[in-house]
Amino acid sequence: MATKSAHHGDNYINFEKGLWSWLTTVDHKRIGLMYMATVMFFFLIGGIMALLLRLELFAPNAAANVGNVLKNGDVYNQVLTYHGAIMVFMVIVPGIPAILGNFFLPLHIGAKDVAFPKINLASWYCFMAGAALAIATFFFKKIDTGWTFYTPYSIRTGTATVLMVLGAFVMGMSSVLTGLNFIVTVHKLRAPGMTMHRMPLFVWALYSTAILQLLATPVLAITLLLLAAEKLFGVGIFDPALGGDPVLFQHFFWFYSHPAVYIMIIPAMGVVSELITTFSKKVIFGYTAIAYSSLGIAAVSFFVWGHHMFVSGQSATAGIIFSFLTMLVGVPTAIKMFNWVATLYKGSVSFDSPMLFALGFLFLFAIGGVTGIMLAVLPIDVHFHDTYFVVAHFHYVMVGGTLMALMGGFYYWFPKMFGKMFNESIARLSFVFIFIGFNVTFFPQFILGAMGMPRRYFDYIPAYENLNKISTIGSWLILTGFLMGLWVIVQGLRNGPKAPLNPWGSKTLEWQTASPPPHDNFAVEPIVTAGPYEYR
Amino acid sequence: MMWFNLAKAQSFMPTQGTEIAKQVDNLYGFLLITSFIACALVIGGMIYFVWKYRRKTPNDKTAYISHNTFLEFVWSFIPLVIFLGVFAWGWYIYHDMRTMPKNALEINVVGKQWAWEMEYKNGYKTVNELVVPINTDVKLILSSLDVLHSFFVPSFRMKQDAVPGQYTAVWFRADKLGDFHIFCTEYCGTSHSGMIGKLKVVNKEDFDRYLEQGQEERNLPLAKRGEKLFAVKACASCHSVDSPAVKVGPTLFQKFGTEEVLDDNSKVTIDENYLRDSMLNPNKHIVKGFPKGVMPTFQGQLNENELSALVEYIKELK
Repeated sequence: MATKSAHHGDNYINFEKGLWSWLTTVDHKRIGLMYMATVMFFFLIGGIMALLLRLELFAPNAAANVGNVLKNGDVYNQVLTYHGAIMVFMVIVPGIPAILGNFFLPLHIGAKDVAFPKINLASWYCFMAGAALAIATFFFKKIDTGWTFYTPYSIRTGTATVLMVLGAFVMGMSSVLTGLNFIVTVHKLRAPGMTMHRMPLFVWALYSTAILQLLATPVLAITLLLLAAEKLFGVGIFDPALGGDPVLFQHFFWFYSHPAVYIMIIPAMGVVSELITTFSKKVIFGYTAIAYSSLGIAAVSFFVWGHHMFVSGQSATAGIIFSFLTMLVGVPTAIKMFNWVATLYKGSVSFDSPMLFALGFLFLFAIGGVTGIMLAVLPIDVHFHDTYFVVAHFHYVMVGGTLMALMGGFYYWFPKMFGKMFNESIARLSFVFIFIGFNVTFFPQFILGAMGMPRRYFDYIPAYENLNKISTIGSWLILTGFLMGLWVIVQGLRNGPKAPLNPWGSKTLEWQTASPPPHDNFAVEPIVTAGPYEYR
Repeated sequence: MMWFNLAKAQSFMPTQGTEIAKQVDNLYGFLLITSFIACALVIGGMIYFVWKYRRKTPNDKTAYISHNTFLEFVWSFIPLVIFLGVFAWGWYIYHDMRTMPKNALEINVVGKQWAWEMEYKNGYKTVNELVVPINTDVKLILSSLDVLHSFFVPSFRMKQDAVPGQYTAVWFRADKLGDFHIFCTEYCGTSHSGMIGKLKVVNKEDFDRYLEQGQEERNLPLAKRGEKLFAVKACASCHSVDSPAVKVGPTLFQKFGTEEVLDDNSKVTIDENYLRDSMLNPNKHIVKGFPKGVMPTFQGQLNENELSALVEYIKELK
């Protein structure tokens, strides 16, 4: 490519022109942007589904006035499934690693690209192909299994389970390829002087995530193929009518999907580490503890899947062991929280929009964390399992955690990605609406869960009405916040003033190169002589 | 202990119907308070720091504090101790929850799309209604006819999946009279949220009388038994019997002896054999305008007597 650069533009965006140059690009930055465009589109669809669900739950059906927007239980179940499957497989899992990770991992370690640029492009096509298969179900028989595909319902339902699980299978391939790429990149392409212990914490987080992606995703792939084989050819594995065991499916499914929740959250923790240190102009407190607690969480996360199954019929002994192991995951997570707060001590804290999202993350993740411990306690989980308490808990960690970090990271790196600044006041306002809306939507769901309202309910008893109303109103506030965020992005892209090299005064490598970066990332290969957060 | 009771009062947990529910709530109250303190420390610390150390000038000097081994040990160790403590406390209660008492009153509970069927030892069956005596150990033996269901009684803090192909069990000892909700908490399709039952806790004498009455009902005339069976099998959730209104499936009101148009536009007279076929092989004839594959087969679930009783009941729907 070096020969080309003479008669091409001065950054990665105008380096080559035309749609074809994007579709065939092997530049990690462009691939990151392609992921961004597609993930944002899926987020819009998944979000609309969520708003529909909340609108339906505004009132119980007997008192139907505003509430009755979805025709019947079947339609509700389909919307619920699409919301879950799209948000998990197409938004949160690829979100931070595929967008921000792709774009910034090589920049962070002073590399020209990832280790396997063509495989990187292939992973985007895998993602698109899988997403196309999943979306295709919408035009056939739709799908109503919930994103968890529990057997034997998923085998017996008349909807398009096979197509959907094949979609998830192909998207899983994309995840595996990205993980592989990141691991090799971290090991082989670090700039001179960039030792493992000088890597930014975002890189450590991506590295831990990549290990999980590589090891856990194949298990999901096998499980989904077995499910498809059972549905297509009647091979008896999970359906008791064919001699199978439905609980076995749950073991297989959660063996992937529990590590997968860490695939979703660890990168977010990485982003937050970057934001907290930059916006308090201070070295991160306990670099080593944060870096290795990511690996620790990744390792222990493989042995806690059974905590999704305390009432599934698995043995009481298994339940006790899984409860114990789950407590151990709590420790490294708590350590991270304390380290972030300690970093603020004696810092110089600014309230720029990325930092607001990082502080919002700490607030929501603290609540998500303590409720996670509650759910790990056996008899408490027996009551809360499959109620709105669980719904609230995982939205606090997955949306409050991951989406907050994604938005914060996005505002943080926007000047570097596009070379333009955005409207800071509206960006802050978007945070206010998302943060308040989020709590208004999901906090009442903890109470609903305690009161016993089961999840995945199309209708509910009148006692639950008021809290559901509050929750629905909150969803409109979140909508407002994200619309403002969208406006900030579009306005910034079109009319944003030119961004300086390093608007936030960060110390990591990506801020040393031009905004937006040139095709090869750095004009001269950087030589690293110190850690990533040397604010002295 | 006032703060403790306050926490429990603010916990929004439903009425406590069993001793175990009280134990669970004590633990939950403890967790609520600990969680509140933990959040107050973390979030409060965060708010205090960001305010105290807010940026005053663009070139503020900041401290260079990379780590503090002692502090890090303390804040790893304290959470670990708390986590292991609540784990052990949870284990203790869970052990009681999962240890089946001897000589309990056993009742079979079968989950199916979308109703709970209860069967007492004397053969009496009810649907979506479980009546149990107060202060008595009751053991429920759960199974499922089709997909996963989960038997949840919020007031008893009790939940267990009903899994097709195996038995699972729960036990409880109700110490409060009254009616309590039974919910299905494992997603099971179209009417998952309608799969709601009632658990009635009654005095021991009332319970005995209830079972006797159930016995007597078994000696009813054929059509009456059909009516009862119609309710037990939850046929009424899809077929109306007192008006021509269409629910999920066709109405059965005043249908016997009339002609029905099928989905291939052929006509058939509704007679005894048509009704029998429709119960045992429901996809053989589909009434025009209704989807195939919705009604499950009752092959193997209805004996000859029961089939006759149902046919007799439908005959008399006038």
